This record gives sequence, C-alpha cells and structure tokens, in this order.
Amino acid sequence: MNAPILDTLESDRRDSPVTERLVVIGNGMAGCRAVEEILARDPLRYAVTIFGAEPRVNYNRIMLSPVLAGDKSYEEIIINDQSWYDDNNIELVSGDAIIAIKREAREVVSASGRVTPYDRLLIATGSDPFIIPVPGHDLPGVITFRDLDDVDKMLAAAENGGSAVVIGGGLLGLEAAHGLSLRGMKVTVLHLMPTLMERQLDEAAGFLLKSELESRGQTILTQADTAEILGESHVTGVRLKDGTDIAADLVVMAVGIKPSVQLAKIAGLAVERGIVVDDHMVTDDPAIMAVGECVQHRGFCYGLVAPLWDMCRALADHLTENPTGYEGSVTATKLKVSGIDLFSAGDFSGGEDAEDIVMRDASRGIYKRVVVKAGRLVGAVLYGDTVDGNWYFDLLKRGEDVSEIREALIFGQAFASGGVSLDPDSAVAALSDDAEICGCNGVSKGQVATCIGGGADTLDAVRASCKASASCGSCTNLVESLLSIALGEDYGGARTITPMCKCTSFTHEDVRRNILEKALQSIPEVMQELHWTTPDGCASCRPALNYYLLCAWPEDHQEDPQSRFVNERMHANIQKDGTYSVVPRMWGGVTNPMELRAIADAAEKYGARLLKVTGGQRLDIFGIKKEDLPAIWADLNAAGMVSGHAYGKALRTVKTCVGSEWCRFGTQDSTGLGIKAEQMTWGSWMPHKFKIAVSGCPRNCAEASIKDLGIICVDSGYEISVGGNGGIHLRGTDFLCKVETEDVALEYIAAFIQLYREEARYLDRTAPWVERVGMEYIKDRIVEDGEGRRALQARFLHAQSLLQKDPWADRAAGAEANLHRHIAEIRPLALQKAQ
Amino acid sequence: MSQPIWIDIGPLDQLPTLGGRTLPVLGGQEIAVFRTSTGSVHALANRCPHKHGPLSEGIVHDTSVTCPLHAWRISLVTGEALGEDKGCVPVIPVKIDAGRIYLDRAAALVGAV
Repeated sequence: MNAPILDTLESDRRDSPVTERLVVIGNGMAGCRAVEEILARDPLRYAVTIFGAEPRVNYNRIMLSPVLAGDKSYEEIIINDQSWYDDNNIELVSGDAIIAIKREAREVVSASGRVTPYDRLLIATGSDPFIIPVPGHDLPGVITFRDLDDVDKMLAAAENGGSAVVIGGGLLGLEAAHGLSLRGMKVTVLHLMPTLMERQLDEAAGFLLKSELESRGQTILTQADTAEILGESHVTGVRLKDGTDIAADLVVMAVGIKPSVQLAKIAGLAVERGIVVDDHMVTDDPAIMAVGECVQHRGFCYGLVAPLWDMCRALADHLTENPTGYEGSVTATKLKVSGIDLFSAGDFSGGEDAEDIVMRDASRGIYKRVVVKAGRLVGAVLYGDTVDGNWYFDLLKRGEDVSEIREALIFGQAFASGGVSLDPDSAVAALSDDAEICGCNGVSKGQVATCIGGGADTLDAVRASCKASASCGSCTNLVESLLSIALGEDYGGARTITPMCKCTSFTHEDVRRNILEKALQSIPEVMQELHWTTPDGCASCRPALNYYLLCAWPEDHQEDPQSRFVNERMHANIQKDGTYSVVPRMWGGVTNPMELRAIADAAEKYGARLLKVTGGQRLDIFGIKKEDLPAIWADLNAAGMVSGHAYGKALRTVKTCVGSEWCRFGTQDSTGLGIKAEQMTWGSWMPHKFKIAVSGCPRNCAEASIKDLGIICVDSGYEISVGGNGGIHLRGTDFLCKVETEDVALEYIAAFIQLYREEARYLDRTAPWVERVGMEYIKDRIVEDGEGRRALQARFLHAQSLLQKDPWADRAAGAEANLHRHIAEIRPLALQKAQ
Repeated sequence: MSQPIWIDIGPLDQLPTLGGRTLPVLGGQEIAVFRTSTGSVHALANRCPHKHGPLSEGIVHDTSVTCPLHAWRISLVTGEALGEDKGCVPVIPVKIDAGRIYLDRAAALVGAV
C-alpha cells in the first residue's frame, strides 16, 4: 500500500462499492482482536462497524480481577481507546446491543431500532454467567462477576464493609473472593465440589490453595450446596442444603459461564452448546463468522483467553483469502491472586499408560506434578513454584519427546537442560559442598558427605548422626544419592525399614509421629507434608491414614468415606454376591423376645436368605440389598438395637458365659462385666477388629484365651490376658495382671485398647503387635505405670464421648443416602415395551 | 461409522470424588461409574474379572479401582487387571457435557437388547 492512499481512506471506504461491510457484534476481547488481525493483513478490505452492549471502549476482561483487587485501574486495562477506532475508521456503536440478525436481508437490528447492513457478520458475543436458579437469586445485592459494572457494584458494596458470600470456587470465584477480601469484606466461598478449581487442579494442589486462602482470612466451604438466597428487599444471607445459614450483604455468583448464543439461535444458525463453527470460524451461514467464548469448535467451548488469539488469527486469514485454519487449543491456567503461584495445563487425569512424576516440598509449600504419556508431556500442575510453567506448557504444546530428560523433568528447565548427564546421582554429585540438602535441619551436602565418611553407611545411620532427612523426609532421595556416590557398590540402598506402602518412604510409625508433631488434620495434608509419590494414595494407605487421623484428632476428625473399605463405608459386611449381611449388637450375647421378634420380622421383610448365629453370640441377617440397608436399620433401631460393627476394624463382640447369676461354677457376674465392657467400648475404631470375652470361671466357656482381650473370673477377682487369636495363626493370650474389682478391670481394658489404638500399625491384630513390642513393654505401660494407665483410659473415654455414635441411626435418618442408591437405572425401550 | 448415541445418566455432582455409583441395566449387565480425584469419569461393567465382585464399592485411587472382595486392581481406563493379575472388564465410553454424565448407549446396553 502506498501512503497517500491512507490519507483518503475514509471517503474511499465509506463510498466505494467494492469495500465490503464487516459488522462485528461484540466489542470485547474477541471482537476487537479479530478486527486488529484483519487490519494487520489488509487495512482497506473492510468497512468495519462494531456494536458493543457495554457503553465503553474495548478493555481487557481478564484484568477485571486486578481492578477489583486494586492492583490496576480501569484506564490501565483499556486495550483500544477511542483513538484506535478513529484512526482505523472503525465505527463503534457502544451501549446499543444488537437484538436481531436478518440473514436474508443481511442486516442487523439494534435495541434502539438502528438497522445496519452487512456483507460479512462476525458474532463475538462471548459468554454469560450461569445463575443458579435458587430462590432469591434475583434479590438486589446478588451479582455476577463478568463486566466492569459488576466490579463497580462490588466496590460500592465493599465500601460499607460487611460480609460477602462468593458462590463458586473456580478461577473467577476465587479471584472475586480475593478482591473483596482485600477490600475489607469478610468473605466466605461456597464450592459445590470437594476441591477448589477442580477442573484445573488435582486434589493435592486444591488442598494447598484452600489452606493458603484460609490463612488469609477467607472461609472456604467445599461440598457446600446452595439451597436459597435469603432476604426480603435486599440479600441478607445464603442458606445451604444442610441447613447452615451464612450472613451476607453481597452475594457474588461465579459458578461458571455459558456461551452467549441467543442471537445466533434466533437467527437459525447451527447452535449446540456454542455457535458451531468450522476450522475457519465460519458458521453454517457462509456470510457469518463467530469467534471467542460463544463458539463451539470441534465439540469444544473455551472459557479462557488464549484460544481467542488462535481463533482470531484463523478468522483473519480466512477473511483475507489466505485460509490457514484453527485446530483447537491446549489451555493453561494461572490464578491471578497475588502471592499465590499456581499453574495448570493440559491433561493431568492420568490413565494407564500415563506416568505421574510428583515432587512435594512441604517446607517451601511446593507441589509439582507432571504427567508423561508415551514419552511426551501431557499435563502439569504447579503450586508454589510456577517459574517452569511456561517451559512445561511449551513442551506440552510442541509434543516433543521428553524421555531423554524424564528423570530431571520435575526439577525444571534449568536442571533438565543442564546438558551433562541426567542421571540423578550425577546431578547431586554436581552440587557444591555447601549446597543445602536437608532444609528442615539445615544440613549441607558437605556435612552429609562427612557423616557418610565417618561410617554412616545407611539412610538410618545418616539420619541418626547428622539429622539429614530425619524430619520431613523430602530430601531422602538426595541423601540416598550421596550414599550411593560415596559408597558405590557397597551401598545396597536397602532400607532396614519397611515403608507403609509403595506411595511413601515413611513407616507407619513415622507417619503417626508426623501427624501428631505437625498437627496434620487431613489425608491430603498428610500426603503433602510427607511427600506422597502418588496423587491420591492407594487402597492400602488411605484407610490407614483415615484411621490414624481419627485416632490422633477425635475432636476434629472429618470422616472420609472414600478412604474406608466397603464394609466400613456401608456399615455392613459385603458378601460374594454383592449383597450385605447385617449384625445388630447383642450386649454380651444377651437378647430378649422383642429384639428377636424385630430381627425375625426384618429378616422376612427384607427377604434375608439366611439367618445365622455367629461365633460371637449374635445373629447375622444375610442377603440384604444395599438399597434396603437404611430401612432395615431403621426397623432394628426401633426395637432398641444398634450397629454391631461386625464389619469394622473396631470392637466386634464381647462374648460371655452366664456366670455367677446362673451357673453353679460361676465365680463372678461375667455376663454383667461383659455388658459393661461392651457398652464402654462399642463404636470405637481400631487398627483391626477387636474381640473381648469374659468367662465366669477357669473352665472358660467364653473362650477368653483366644481373644484380643480375655478376662477369666476367679473367686478373688479378674485375670486379664491379652493378644490371643483364634484365626489363621492360633495364639493363646499372654497374662497381663489380676485385678480385684470390675471398675479396675474396666480401667485396664480401656487403657490396653487405647495403647493398641495409638501404637499398633493399621491392620495389625493385637497378637502380632504384642509379639513385636513384647509383653514386658505392655506390662510397663499398663500395669507398672498407673498414671500412664489412667491417662490412656482418659484418652479412650474422651474419644468415645465424641465418636461413640450409632452409624445406623444416621443412615436411617438419611445421611449419605447416595451410598445406598443407584445413580440411575437403564430400562432399554425395546425391553420396556415387551414387558 | 455412525455417531454414538449418548444416554444422560444424571448430574456429575451426584458422583463423589474418588467414589463410584451403580447403574443397573434392565436385562443387561450392571454398570459402575467412577470419578477420580482429577474429576475424570469412567464407566465399567460392575463385575470384577476375578470373582465378579462389585467394583463400584472399591476404593478409587489415581485411575484405578481396587475390588472390595479380593483387592484386584482394575484400570478405570482400559478395564484391565493391573499388576500380576490377568483379566479385563468391558469399558463403557463416557462423556461429560454441561455438568451431566452421558454413556455410550450401545456399549451400555450390551446384552440387554
């Protein structure tokens, strides 16, 4: 183009019949970017008119969060000011929304009645926020977070202080919450899912984010389902489906967006979730194009900004007769909350052929996870240190083979591109002597090397002598590398300790000690602090962690049903055909006609196929469907019976004989003591199942000598013995002590159980535990140390005061109802008709 | 190849993270639907290849489920038994759209019609 032509551009354009008229609906990022791209290719090709619903020039919508947070002003986020429109001869019609497209006449009609003809039409209407249709959603004070007007409303509300509730813990909701919190409001975030930003983050990173936001004073409620928004003339609060009320002067709905397709739909264009476009962003009407969040391309709708750039490039190429095509985008997410570094990209849902590489550094609050599939990086989640985000994103988009740098990948670009050898040992060898190996204890590489040189030839020896890797354990790999460098083949690498499972290098004891020392409260927290190498553990460690947390923190324990074995999750015993058996508690094996009648009725009513007396003196009702469990429990509860925990790592049964009340040989009231022991102990969770028996005389009809705890009554008192087992490995109990009264017997029972609860490994019965620690140790703790015994008893009773609840009653009342229901049923049409 | 027909089986929020739900098929094979910690949803025949245990009641971790009866580990992605065990359960294609779960009708109805 020659410069002089530009000078006469305006008149040429408006009057020349060869200039095509391009009308753009939407003055947002997509619409304006598309125009910029077209102008860059051929500034004379089109006479452009842009319609915008907002009365403003084009601004950067993704920077609304910094405006709300006070980091930026409106002026700073303007992309194109009025002079851009003027300089490029673009007619901007702002504040006048298009309400109809007349395709036959090739005209658009605006709200004010203005009719504008077009040769080419570009729809860039973006997206609309989702409004949850709960009662009260239209009250004044309930707003969305989509445009500058919304930001103005939030700023106005924040001036009066007060409380805000943000519904939605995704990107937008969290940014709104952050801004409002900085503006001085007390903010509660309600999120329906268990994890914040679950579409971008895995559970571990979501957990770190939640902790950080909470430490900044926000209240984050996950699995919070909004029932209604409260208020008469203005919002006053939010009520959740569980009945919780949260006061609020402002409610921000940020649950998501949907493509804005109304105009296109009315005009009869092909619309599914979004406006359907081809690779050149053309709709099913060749004169009409669409770009941005309103479109659906190859089945995908995008809600992020990056795909816009590629779409607009493809569109402009097409409109200037140089078609290239758009192939869809891989997207990456960053949270714009100052001080929180968070990055996610690609697919981190794992999969069989996918390999997870996880690195956690608890002391620095870092979590990194990259997913490699067939030698290529397919996903990355970074929390706390995102400097390599762009590098990973680049590797991901380019789809390069990363198998060569696989070992070093997680350490980031600087390390992986180091060029030399990528063997982790040589990477460690390359570190300088004063490089810090153990951050917790401040131990340098030189100090570890000295310590190994001084004879510490195992990991445990290093831990013992210089404390490296002895705290959080995150540097264990580094220490092992140093051992292997220093000792060569002499270092077998074999640990003398057995880790809890393949997800961790920590032993059961290490994990329990850390839970207490670091006050770890949840499974994700344990996994983060103790550097779990898998994203969410396995079927072996999750139930163990759930138990350890429950035992350590009875006050605050948050039950995690998904980390329970099926029987404990369903509070019944699964059978080989998938039905369940139900065992109500019979205190000390004693029952009565009312209970028996209720059991008989229930067995008939729910079609039990077998009713059997158990080895523990109770009745087992077999063949109950999971759907019927809450109902049968309600019936049994009504007759006064509670869960027998025949399904649990818990107190099972207290077997008794009839004792001195009836038996001519009986020395004490063994039945009565058994019932007291059962009433004290039922409902307590333990490392494994736990059985008690009380026999009224040494004839031992209750078989007390093969129970976890057995009592044999004698004339002068009660002989207590422990660690028996009648299972695979038959083991008789070891004598603990003899006591004189029932009360003292109960004190010893409670203390022994609590010691077992606190110190045995998950899934250890008492027999192997007693053998491992030795009877001397048990006697020291329970018999010799009276004060310690009473403290153990007190801790047991305290835990019982909090956790001794009948789980059946909760379920009968409707708790966890979904566990007992199908998600749906499929009745194929053909079959239904036939029936 | 013809386009698959999708059956809507309900909202995603009815499926707990790291959990499973059951979906009986009249005249066919019950299906188990799972959700992993990253939010991906998978559907398998609810029948462990080992002794037909209900996989829906197993513990979900990463992209596998551990059968509640004898702790076989089954891939949610391929339906194959993992580790030393050998066997496979049918996988039913799933898609998520606007917060709802859809299953491939033909695969879901195998044996039913």
